[in-house]
Amino acid sequence: MPDLGLEVLLKGSNIMRLLAGLWVALRISLISVAGSIPIGIILGTLMTGRNIVLKAILKIYLEFIRIMPQLVLLFIVFFGSTRMFGWQPTGEVSAVIVFTLWGAAEMSDLVRGALISIPLHQYESSEALGLSKTQTYWYIIIPQTLRRLIPLSINLITRMIKTTSLILMIGVVEIMKVAQQIIEANRRSSPTAAFGVYLVVFLLYFLACWPISLLAKYLERKWR
Amino acid sequence: MNWEYIHKFLPLYEKAAGLTIKLGVIGILFAIIIGLACAVIQYYKIPVIRTIVAIYIELSRNTPLLVQLFFLYYGLPKVGISTNAETCGIVGLAFLGGSYMAESFRSGFEAIDQIQEESAMSLGMNTYQTMRYVILPQAVSISVPAFVANIIFLLKETSVFSAISLMDLMFTAKDLIGLYYKTTESLILLVVFYLLILLPVSMFGTWFERRVRYAGFGT
Amino acid sequence: MEENILTVEHLRKEYEGNVILDDVNLSVKRGEVVVIIGPSGCGKSTLLRCINALENIQSGTIRLQDEVIEAGAKNLAKIREKIGMVFQNYELFPHLTVIENILLAPVKVQKREKKEVREEAVKLLERVGLKDKAESYPRQLSGGQKQRVAIVRALCMNPEILLFDEVTAALDPEMVREVLDVMLELARQKRTMVIVTHEMQFAQAVADRVLFIDEGKIMEQGTPEELLQHPKTERTKQFLNIFHYEK
Repeated sequence: MPDLGLEVLLKGSNIMRLLAGLWVALRISLISVAGSIPIGIILGTLMTGRNIVLKAILKIYLEFIRIMPQLVLLFIVFFGSTRMFGWQPTGEVSAVIVFTLWGAAEMSDLVRGALISIPLHQYESSEALGLSKTQTYWYIIIPQTLRRLIPLSINLITRMIKTTSLILMIGVVEIMKVAQQIIEANRRSSPTAAFGVYLVVFLLYFLACWPISLLAKYLERKWR
Repeated sequence: MNWEYIHKFLPLYEKAAGLTIKLGVIGILFAIIIGLACAVIQYYKIPVIRTIVAIYIELSRNTPLLVQLFFLYYGLPKVGISTNAETCGIVGLAFLGGSYMAESFRSGFEAIDQIQEESAMSLGMNTYQTMRYVILPQAVSISVPAFVANIIFLLKETSVFSAISLMDLMFTAKDLIGLYYKTTESLILLVVFYLLILLPVSMFGTWFERRVRYAGFGT
Repeated sequence: MEENILTVEHLRKEYEGNVILDDVNLSVKRGEVVVIIGPSGCGKSTLLRCINALENIQSGTIRLQDEVIEAGAKNLAKIREKIGMVFQNYELFPHLTVIENILLAPVKVQKREKKEVREEAVKLLERVGLKDKAESYPRQLSGGQKQRVAIVRALCMNPEILLFDEVTAALDPEMVREVLDVMLELARQKRTMVIVTHEMQFAQAVADRVLFIDEGKIMEQGTPEELLQHPKTERTKQFLNIFHYEK
C-alpha cells in the first residue's frame, strides 16, 4: 500500500486538534447564522415595503455585499478597520462581523423572494373569508412563507460553514491552519502527510455539511 | 488616500485581474461542460454512472473550494501526481462549478413535461434529436437565472486562488498591504477591480434573463 | 381490395398489476375513420399511446401495414414518422415559432428540403385559417389555434394514419368547433384516422365506425347509426345516457 500520510493523524492528539479546529469554524458559522436570520428577516421585510428611498439605499448596500467575494469583505474588515475606526478586530471577530453581514444580505433576499412569491389572491381569499389583517398574516401568509424559507435558511448554514474555510487567510487558527501545523510538524517523519491530512479535512467538511444539506433537501421536498 | 500609490499599484492589479478572469473563464467553461454532461446522465437515469454523478455532486457541493484546492495543490503531489497552481485553480473551479451547473440544468430538465418528449418522439425523432431540438433548448433557457447566478458565484470563488500562491487580485492586495502598509489604497483598488469584473456580468445576466426567459418566448 | 393500415391483435396492457387493456383487436382500413368512445380511465387513450409505442405492452401485436410496432424497436422512429399523433394539451414546442414547430421534424427527421416543406406548411396553415400566425409563438395563440397548429404539424409528416387523443377536451367550449371542423375536412379527404373523443355528435358526423371501450375491452362496435342510436349492450346504453339532458 502506498504511503498516503494517514498515520500522522493517529499520532498524539492530532485528530482531536483537527476536530477542535473544525469546531472553531462551526462555532463562527453558528453565531453568524444566528445573527443573520433576524437581521435578514427585518431587511427582507423592509425591501417589500413602500419607502422608495429606504429601499434604494438598502438595495445598493445588499447588492454590494452579495456581489463582493466574502474574502474581499474579510480583508476590508480585518485590514481596513484600523484605518477607518482605529480599532483592530481579531480574525475571529472580523469573521463573525463579515459573515453576519453577508448572511443577513443573503437572508434578506430569501425573505423578500418568499414574501413576494405568495400570490395576491391568497391575501384576497383570506380577506374574503372575513379574516382580519393580523389573522391573515398569522394563519395564511407566515406559515406559507416559513415553508419556503426554512429549507433555504438551512442551506445558508452549509454555505456559511464552507465559507468559514476562508478565515485561514486572515490568520484564525481553525481546521485548515491546524492541518498546516500538523503537516509542518511532521515534515521529516511523514513527508506525504499533506495528502492524508487534507483528504481528511475534505471529508470532515463534507461530514459537517452533508447532513444539513440532506435535511434542507428533505424539507424542501416535503413542503413543496 | 495617496494617488501616487494608486497609480503605482494599478498595473499590478490589471495583471492580477487578467489572471483572475483567465482562470475564471476557463474553469467556468469546464464547469458548464461537466454540469451539462451530469444533468443529461441524470435525465436518462443511466445506471452506475448516475450514482457516480450523484456522489460527485454531493462531495463537490458540500466542501469548500479552498479545501479542494489544498488537496489538489499540496496533497496530490505527495502521491506522485504533480500539478501546477494554475491547473489546480482551473480543475478546482471546474470540480466545484460542475455540480452547481449540473443542479441548475437539472432543475431545467425537471421543469419540462415528459409529454413534450413523447410529442417529439411521435414525430419520428430519435433520442438524440429529441434531446437536441426539443428538450435541451427548453431546459437551458429555463435554467438561465440559476446559470447566471452560478457564474457570478464561481467568479467570486476565484478569490481563494491566492491561497495556492496564484497572483490574483487577493494575492496582490495582501502583498501590497504587507509591503507598503497602504491599506486603504490597496483595499479600494481590490473592491474596484472586483466590481469591474462582477458588475458587468451581473447586469448582462439580468438583461439576458429578461430576453431568453422561458416564459418570454414571443413576448 | 381494401388494405389494412393498422392491425391490433390480442393487445394486453398492464400497469402496476392493473389490467388496462385486455385482448383488444382492431383493424383500420385505408381512408377509414374510427372513433373510440368510453368512460374516463377505460383505456382508450392508452390504446392510442400503445399504437405509437409510447407504452410498453405485455402481449399481442400492433402492426402498421407490415411493420410491427414495439417499444424499443430499432426502426421505431421510422414507423412513428408514418403515425401522426395529436395530444390533448397540444404539446407544441414552446421555444419554437409555429412554422418552426411544423418544419422541425420534416427537415431534421425526414431530411426534406426546407423550402418545399415550408410551402406545404403554409398551404396547410392557410387551410386551417392560421396563415398569419406562422411566425407567432405558441403562447400567443388560443387553445383552438394551438390545436390546429398541432394538427398541421402532424400532417406535414405525410403520415399514413392520424391519432387524435381527446384533442378538444382541454379547449374552451367556443373553440371546440374550429378544431372539429378541421378534422371533418380531413375525413372528407379520406385520411385514415383513429379518434378518441367525448363529442358524441361529432362522432356521429365523422365516424365510419364507432368503438365503445369499457374496462379495457371493446364492448361493442358498429356504424355510428348502430352504436350511438341503437346500442345493444346495457353498458353502452348507460354510458350514452350520460350525454342526454332531458327535463
